[in-house]
Amino acid sequence: MAEIALRDIRKSYGPTEVIHGVSADIADGELIVIVGPSGCGKSTLLRMVAGLETVTAGSIAIGGRVVNDLEPRERDIAMVFQNYALYPHMSVFDNMAYGLKIAGISKSDIAAKVNDAARMLELEPYLARKPRQLSGGQRQRVAMGRAIVRSPSAFLFDEPLSNLDAKLRVQMRLEIKALQRKLGVTSLYVTHDQVEAMTLADRMIVMNEGVAEQIGTPLEVYNNPATTFVAGFIGSPPMNFLDAERLRSVLARQGPNRLDRAVTIGIRPEHVERTTVGNGLLDATVAFIEALGAETLLHLKTDAGETVVVRSANPEETVRPGERIGLKAVPDHLFAYDADGRRVASED
Amino acid sequence: MQKRVTFNNKWLPYLLLAPQIVVTIVFFFWPAGQAIYQSAFIPDPFGLSTQFVGLGNFEFLLSDPYYLSSFGTTAIFSFFVTLISMSFALWLAVMTDRVIKGSGPYRTLLVWPYAVAPAIAGVLWLFMFNPSIGILPWYLAQVGYDWNHTLNGGEAMTLVILAAAWKQISYNFLFFLAGLQSIPRSVIEAAAIDGASFWKRFRTIVFPLLAPTTFFLLVVNVVYAFFETFGVIHTITAGGPQQSTTILVYKVYADGFVGQDLGSSAAQSVILLIIVGLLTVVQFRYIERRVHY
Ligand SMILES: Nc1ncnc2c1ncn2[C@@H]1O[C@H](COP(=O)(O)OP(=O)(O)OP(=O)(O)O)[C@@H](O)[C@H]1O
Ligand SMILES: [Mg+2]
Repeated sequence: MAEIALRDIRKSYGPTEVIHGVSADIADGELIVIVGPSGCGKSTLLRMVAGLETVTAGSIAIGGRVVNDLEPRERDIAMVFQNYALYPHMSVFDNMAYGLKIAGISKSDIAAKVNDAARMLELEPYLARKPRQLSGGQRQRVAMGRAIVRSPSAFLFDEPLSNLDAKLRVQMRLEIKALQRKLGVTSLYVTHDQVEAMTLADRMIVMNEGVAEQIGTPLEVYNNPATTFVAGFIGSPPMNFLDAERLRSVLARQGPNRLDRAVTIGIRPEHVERTTVGNGLLDATVAFIEALGAETLLHLKTDAGETVVVRSANPEETVRPGERIGLKAVPDHLFAYDADGRRVASED
Repeated sequence: MQKRVTFNNKWLPYLLLAPQIVVTIVFFFWPAGQAIYQSAFIPDPFGLSTQFVGLGNFEFLLSDPYYLSSFGTTAIFSFFVTLISMSFALWLAVMTDRVIKGSGPYRTLLVWPYAVAPAIAGVLWLFMFNPSIGILPWYLAQVGYDWNHTLNGGEAMTLVILAAAWKQISYNFLFFLAGLQSIPRSVIEAAAIDGASFWKRFRTIVFPLLAPTTFFLLVVNVVYAFFETFGVIHTITAGGPQQSTTILVYKVYADGFVGQDLGSSAAQSVILLIIVGLLTVVQFRYIERRVHY
């Protein structure tokens, strides 16, 4: 059993606080992805769990044990680093065996564990090589192997795939997911890539400027973004934001209005539909068209200068740049946000 | 990929290298040639003529007990100077590497001894250890130890080793610190997570990764101890008492310039030349092989 509990974690470097009180409960065996833009504090949070950074305030518990004051080695965790951090002077075998040797495990047990991991990761042919004789993907696997041989109670990943090329990244992403399922080890995974987050996560923590903006399953977060930040960060292309004031009269005409307190209205590109000029929420001019094969993205400019992207399933769009069209929203897919960017609770 | 520079003018590369070549010839090849030439002669007592003796000077040297004991002295001296200056510098570098804030001032302070001329360093230590006015002998006397390096050969040796090692620490420190700082932090962190204590990490990760630096410094320090410690020894002990601190390079000076036995002195230089050559070859052949990963 190794659930991880974060209680109001704060971190300051000198006078500047960079993590402003993050709380989260991670269940045993769960894969949690921490996602957010560069500099939001993802690595700092992860490194505090690892014991590589001190915790300024709050408490971290792994498997019910508060670990704030424990050394990394006393926390029973394994970490995979972005640059792999392999020991350059040791063979692949020794890299994986290092932690086991320190733990005082017998030679034959070490060999068995390392060989098991090597088989699982298809590293058997490379056991005698030094890290510099491996490709990036192979190094990545060795780093994974080093983490799994020790059967820790939690895995921590800090952007483990960002040094790989796009294709390998997709493949390794699936492998990591499969491996984590199979081993059932509680995992914290940091990435700035929202697609990686969506595909890997059981639940994700969306971070922004040291705050956890939303915690939930990928679909919960996608379907009900709690803040404009989350709405804009998760999903590609991002959600369209429109000034609520100008839409109010139109919305009022459409029936009972729950968007009264809204300052910003958000609509995902796939929830905008085309209609004739003057018959929708608003009219806009087509700026340019991106034909992606399976779908087409229409980039539009409203009269107020806002950009709206419409995702159209029709691969052969007939509209031309410069054309004016009307836009309406799929009912119940309008998101209302207040002046602070927080979701306005629906009242009906 | 190494970039090859091509010159249009055939003579330009030679011209550019000329200053270095001239320096090497004037200050190395020429004196070395002179030494080899002179080592085959002995001057008459008045220095008016010389007589060819072939390998006579060498034969005489190798049967001279003073010369042979100078070998032992040099070995002990070089071993301890290298050991002390390198291990102490490494310790300082490791400590400085752990200091995150304000390591700049430490570094600057630790570099100062390097700027002190050997003779000055010698005088500094000489004053500190002067049997009648020095501060340290006074302290030693308080605990009942009678320090007098002008009479006691072992104490004289200790003193020149300390002074010579002290001067070299800064240099070693700088290289060790640079070496330590080039080890990726995440590698150390990975080892910490893998369960290694500070000492274990040092032994199994840091020290092996420092091997190229250590090897380089080993060569530099041995050469330093052999040749560049002349000033320290000259000011502190002048080779005494009873030649107990007369290392090979000091004996070259003592026999040649003080004893005016230029033939023997030249022969000693030739032997030193051979020793350095051998040492370097051995170091590169046998130690360097274990260094690279
Ligand atoms: N040692 C430090 N001293 C001072 N500030 C720091 C230190 N380490 C990190 N920070 C600050 O803390 C904030 C969070 O950094 P962190 O490395 O956690 O970001 P991140 O989310 O991992 O970003 P990235 O995606 O670029 O890796 C940043 O604003 C950074 O400038
Ligand atoms: Mg980071």
